Amino acid sequence: MKYPENFKYTKEHEWVQVEGDEATIGITDHAQHELGDIVFVDLPKVGSKTTKGHTFGSVESVKAVSDIYAPVSGEIISVNDLLSKSPEKLNEDPHGAAWLIKLRLASPDETRDLLNAAEYEKYVGAES
Amino acid sequence: MIKKVSQHIVQEEPLVFELSSPGKRGYQLPELDVPAVDANAVLGSENVRGEISDFPEISEFEVVRHFTRLSTWNYAIDLGLYPLGSCTMKYNPRVNELVARTEGLAWAHPYQPDSLSQGCMEIVAALERALAEITGMDAVTLQPAAGAHGEFTGILMMRALLEKRGRARKKVLVPDSAHGTNPATASMVGYAVENIKSNERGMVDVEVLNRVMTEDVAGLMITNPNTVGVFEENIRKICGIIHDKGGLVYMDGANMNALVGIARPGEFGVDVMHLNLHKTFSTPHGGGGPGSGAVAVAKVLTPFLPSPRLKRDGEAWRWNYDLPDSIGRVRAYYGNFGVLVRALAYIMAHGGNGLRQATLDALLNANYLRVLLEPYYEIAYKAPSMHEAVFSDDRQAKKGVRTGDIAKRLIDYGFHPYTVSFPLIVRGALMIEPTETESKRELDLFIDAMISIAKEIEQNPELVLTAPHSTRTKRVDEVTAARKPVVRWTPKSNASQAAD
Amino acid sequence: MLAAIGARSEEDLIAYLPAEIRFQQRLNIEDGKSEYEIVDYFKQRAAENALGSASFLGAGVYNHYRPVVVDTVVSRGEFLTSYTPYQAEISQGTLASIFEFQTMVCQLTGMEVANASMYDGSSAVPESAMMAVRVTRRDKILVARTVHPEYREVLKTYTQHQGIPIDELAYGKDGRLDPDDLKKKLDDTIAAVILQTPNFFGILEQIPEIARIVQNKGALLVVVFTEAVALGLIEPPRDADIVVGELQSFAISPSYGGPYAGIIATREKYIRQIPGRLVGETTDAQGRRAFCLTLATREQHIRREKATSNICTNQALLALMATVFMTLYGKQGLRELAEQNLAKAHYLAGKLPLRFDAPFFNEFVAATNGRSPEAINAGLLEKKIIGGLDLGRFYPELRNCMLLCATEMSKRQDMDTVAAAFGKQ
Repeated sequence: MKYPENFKYTKEHEWVQVEGDEATIGITDHAQHELGDIVFVDLPKVGSKTTKGHTFGSVESVKAVSDIYAPVSGEIISVNDLLSKSPEKLNEDPHGAAWLIKLRLASPDETRDLLNAAEYEKYVGAES
Repeated sequence: MIKKVSQHIVQEEPLVFELSSPGKRGYQLPELDVPAVDANAVLGSENVRGEISDFPEISEFEVVRHFTRLSTWNYAIDLGLYPLGSCTMKYNPRVNELVARTEGLAWAHPYQPDSLSQGCMEIVAALERALAEITGMDAVTLQPAAGAHGEFTGILMMRALLEKRGRARKKVLVPDSAHGTNPATASMVGYAVENIKSNERGMVDVEVLNRVMTEDVAGLMITNPNTVGVFEENIRKICGIIHDKGGLVYMDGANMNALVGIARPGEFGVDVMHLNLHKTFSTPHGGGGPGSGAVAVAKVLTPFLPSPRLKRDGEAWRWNYDLPDSIGRVRAYYGNFGVLVRALAYIMAHGGNGLRQATLDALLNANYLRVLLEPYYEIAYKAPSMHEAVFSDDRQAKKGVRTGDIAKRLIDYGFHPYTVSFPLIVRGALMIEPTETESKRELDLFIDAMISIAKEIEQNPELVLTAPHSTRTKRVDEVTAARKPVVRWTPKSNASQAAD
Repeated sequence: MLAAIGARSEEDLIAYLPAEIRFQQRLNIEDGKSEYEIVDYFKQRAAENALGSASFLGAGVYNHYRPVVVDTVVSRGEFLTSYTPYQAEISQGTLASIFEFQTMVCQLTGMEVANASMYDGSSAVPESAMMAVRVTRRDKILVARTVHPEYREVLKTYTQHQGIPIDELAYGKDGRLDPDDLKKKLDDTIAAVILQTPNFFGILEQIPEIARIVQNKGALLVVVFTEAVALGLIEPPRDADIVVGELQSFAISPSYGGPYAGIIATREKYIRQIPGRLVGETTDAQGRRAFCLTLATREQHIRREKATSNICTNQALLALMATVFMTLYGKQGLRELAEQNLAKAHYLAGKLPLRFDAPFFNEFVAATNGRSPEAINAGLLEKKIIGGLDLGRFYPELRNCMLLCATEMSKRQDMDTVAAAFGKQ
């Protein structure tokens, strides 16, 4: 299975994994593939808040910038420092080591309308 | 077959820092005719620097040789067709370089008294007159330093007028085919940007425009002919829609080389526009600048022009700073005067009829290219082309070859590539602008190269995918450059270089 | 060619344009002229200007000798007639020279990174303010009144609709920024303090002290320079966060105000907030050193309305002039050149009543002791000398003051004439 079953997905190609009141957020393998070689990841500060559907950061390749949209709302409790030194990790392991942020969920039911792995896989299949 | 070029020896050359040896000098100073002073004494030792570490030390002839060698690594118009769409790479007449260096002009100080600057001021006035005539507008400012700077000036004036009328409004409309400078500019003037989708002919969709144009919209930024090289056939209607709701029309004049002597924006409804003197009026691009972004305005906008303005007082010119509605200065002094001299020289050399003829020649060259390349490349839009033709790489993409690859292969054929992947509304765009400069012989060589590449893609796509093959420098690793930016030389990078 | 495209005449090429769009008349511009007539026209215009006069004007534009080799280099068609180096494989000459430029700007200013140049010094100032706002996420700017008055005007024009309020800082009796006014106005809403050194009066500001005050409040210090030759001798603003300036002094002729070359330099950590083009070092497919434009995602052609600036062109050819100039003068020459400037200005200043008592480089403010600067300048003009700038133009409180500049091109005899003109009561 390419897309982990325990994640939820957005049509903007972010994934979110919820554990208790904490959510880990990243971009999907499809997204990193479309972007090509990632050269820079811009992430927010710990302690700042983000709202579902709003951008909280961006991912850059040599000739493109993509905004990253928050799949859920909450306060950012951790950002992945690995990416500031090694943005290429996002190409190598987008669903694992190259997660972007962790946040404390503001309203856990926000994940309800997100896609599950099968739906997302079908969605990107249709998109490409 | 590659007809235009063959390989020859290229000189290698280190960076100046690697050429340096202590004590070498490339300068002479006159003998000091006043007593020397002790810097530590008059400035205080805390204000005096030590030696500038790693600053170059080389002889005059090494300087000449160094930069001459570097220059041979460049392509240039002087070497051949440079068909960058929307950049208007035309011949840069050398007389323009000479006149810009005329002593009384090149050494004129911007603060020397107006009475001793009448020649400079007359040049500014003459160019303003000529550009007003060419654009059909009421007044021109020559202060902006470049096209984007001109856009900024123009949108500031639009905003000032709307504020004067009571409300600055919130948004500026920008077609999705526009240059990136347009939305960036609107945003610097405090406007939100609303992108409008082009129609299937590559033009502004009048119905969409009708829908989005409201009294919250300050105006429209439109490029005409647009970035697919097509004249916006509904331009009058478009301007009407904007004006009916109290908005203003800004025209990006990047493609004015298609219109000089043929059509005047002031007559088809444009309120304010910029001209790129380094495109349409032949001033050299110089590897990225200097430019000059003259801005022409309709009468309603003249009170808002940047300060100062030229004013005729009897027999003499003077700079007038008493302009209560002016948006202020967009730069120090009066503009890129040296560029203005060159542009005026170009206009004088052509005259009114010659300028029109140059436009027709530019259109002829672009259409000739288009017709002969259409059997091999997919034209993006069927509408008639003006000064440039835009193709997509649809046919070649089927073989896995994209516009960027074709561009690199063109280099092997001895040409600079066209504009790659722009405008964004065309998938895999090839944007080709030959300008009036080119002879049939050069155009035929280019067409021949493009056809040959199309055939290579059919037979041996790998050859194209790995191009260029014959350049001194092969494809460069832009990814590493962006991931680990090294933007200055340091002795350490020198050591690792030497170890290679 | 017409036949190939199925046209009978060139007019067919525009036949599809609606008649009401087409311009049916002839442009009211005289017929084309010969090369001789063009050269002659501009010679005549030049003759209407000041010609053959000595000048003591500075104020942001300086008379420095332009070594011949500078034009030898920039006249090469490969530099003059090429475009922005987007196609790295056939633009290595421009790219390598810009890389050298960026390096020399860093060496000169004490900063860690510099871009490929800005339009000019004046427009680099608001770009630095916008950058400071992005970095600090604060919105107010304080600018010293000793910054070039026209630069301050440009700052106001740029920022007026961007929600960036500007306030000015007074200068003290010594012609330097008044630290008390700074302390009074500085708080944690200030994104940057903008200061020039040598300032508009030619005086050196106390950068390390000011930097400490500014940075303690979490604001950035932007240091501006207009006289690049000073950097051959004076301590560079190493404590600044951003340095912007004008390189006109480095072999770019005054040319009635432009084109010039501005710079912006900063610390490495702010590299992604710098506006304009940047050249970076990398390797090509053969593993050899190569250069390319880099970090383009900051720029308008990719980020559009969210770009760091709308700036597109740089001033490559002017930056190349400055690069050749810096290479020719080099480590020793730039210092000797600056020392000559210092000596000349102090020779002239020694004969005149000075308005301020603080260290200055090659410009200074002279008090005209009751006589109008206009009258003094009128007298000098009769002797083919353009005097100094009447400071009343920009500073009403300095109505009887003149800003004078002496460079390596100022002759002792002319300076004595200027001194004599002041002396006559």
